[in-house]
Amino acid sequence: MKMTILDRILLLLTGLLAAYQIVIGINKLSTLPIIAYTIAFGVLLVAGLLLIILGFEVLDSPMVVIASTVIPLSLSLGLVWEHLAAYRTLYLVFAIVGFLAIVITRSVPMKNKLPVIVLACVHGIAGMMIFLLPVIMAISGTSHPAFSLVGVGGALIGVGGLLLALLKAGKPLLSRETIFRVLPGLLLLMTAAFVAGFRFG
Amino acid sequence: MLKPLLILKTKFELYWPLTKSLQTGLLLSTGLAGYMSARCPVMHWFDFLGLVVSLFMAIAGSTILNMWYDRDIDAVMNRTHHRPLADGRVRPDEALRLGLVLSVIGVGMAVVMSPLYGLIVFAGLFFDVVVYTLWLKRRTCWSIVWGGISGGMPILAGRAFGTGHIDDIGILLALAVLFWIPTHILTFAMRYFDDYQDARIPTFPSTYGFQFTRLTIVVSTVIAALCISAAGILIGMQWGFVRLLAVLSAGLFLLAVASVFRPTERINFGLFKYASLYMLAAMILLSV
Repeated sequence: MKMTILDRILLLLTGLLAAYQIVIGINKLSTLPIIAYTIAFGVLLVAGLLLIILGFEVLDSPMVVIASTVIPLSLSLGLVWEHLAAYRTLYLVFAIVGFLAIVITRSVPMKNKLPVIVLACVHGIAGMMIFLLPVIMAISGTSHPAFSLVGVGGALIGVGGLLLALLKAGKPLLSRETIFRVLPGLLLLMTAAFVAGFRFG
Repeated sequence: MLKPLLILKTKFELYWPLTKSLQTGLLLSTGLAGYMSARCPVMHWFDFLGLVVSLFMAIAGSTILNMWYDRDIDAVMNRTHHRPLADGRVRPDEALRLGLVLSVIGVGMAVVMSPLYGLIVFAGLFFDVVVYTLWLKRRTCWSIVWGGISGGMPILAGRAFGTGHIDDIGILLALAVLFWIPTHILTFAMRYFDDYQDARIPTFPSTYGFQFTRLTIVVSTVIAALCISAAGILIGMQWGFVRLLAVLSAGLFLLAVASVFRPTERINFGLFKYASLYMLAAMILLSV
């Protein structure tokens, strides 16, 4: 499917927002969250640029599943490291093991359902962490209400991930064209929600 | 009154493509980044403007001289046969005069502004026109090394103009451009392989094969990214910008690796485009 000018503009804005977050938005944090958020927004930035350069066909690459795992895993790791000090080590181990499990199950041909189960578990836990943690913190008053926007970003990344995962699994919720039509806007909204949540939260 | 303007407009439309505006613009941006990286305490707009004009003229002049000399190659290649010199819209003597005038004015201005700056600009022009184009381009695929060295001269010149001398950072920046050039040129040489074969120009893909060329791209990409990052840190670039540069470098590296393990036409040309974008972004980050 051919990419429109509007798609390119939306993806460029997504890249610029991600670049802003990498340069300015995470300066005051400790080392590990800085690394984790740099990886997450870096993948978003590079993915946006590659989509602009290579077109939607780049989404057919098997690397997409692995790259799209990095975003929620590293974002959630940064959040846990910042706000759930007691679970830092545990979640770090989960993030590393989860990532390796996805790389292995996607690289080695398997005929059972293990790759799907691993993908669902890793994405599910990371996604829930990004969605629930900021929302709970905002509701309980532990953080500024605007921090819940990070949760909104988490929900949007979940929607995008689900649409792409089901498309790649051959059981799409929406047609390929519809998914590609909404994807640039979804990516921009998601990134904007993250950036605003971290900035004002 | 209108007729001279019309003639001027027509001439400009014919001459502008001779300068390869995108390539000239990218090289000019490296020169400006080199100058801005010197972090001069006071911004002298006269110097800045002089730098822009002299560099533009020298780079555009050498590009036109290259195109004048290579017009026979351009006429054979599909990609370039429509260029104004190749298809006869601009006469060769006209292009030669224009290239010489721009080169002489550009280098002359540079020498007046600062002898060291002028010397480096002249070296860039000499390596590009004489060593790369006239001497080596039709003889060996390794000519790109000299093309790379001349490509590294604008950033070194800009830096030397800002600091008043040649320093380690300037050399690192020039090395970064030198090692970035293969990513740019070799992806092009693979994409237009048949064109270069028809024109009998030796290239890395035709001499060493595609796989070796792709490996060369990966290695040179890594070195270029390391040089730019090291220069950025030595300049005192803010950590936020270093992080962004690291992210963009990682993207370039991964794309180069993908071109080795999953070589496709799309990935190859994507790498070419990303490399241009990367260099432009790196120059902006060095300037801020």
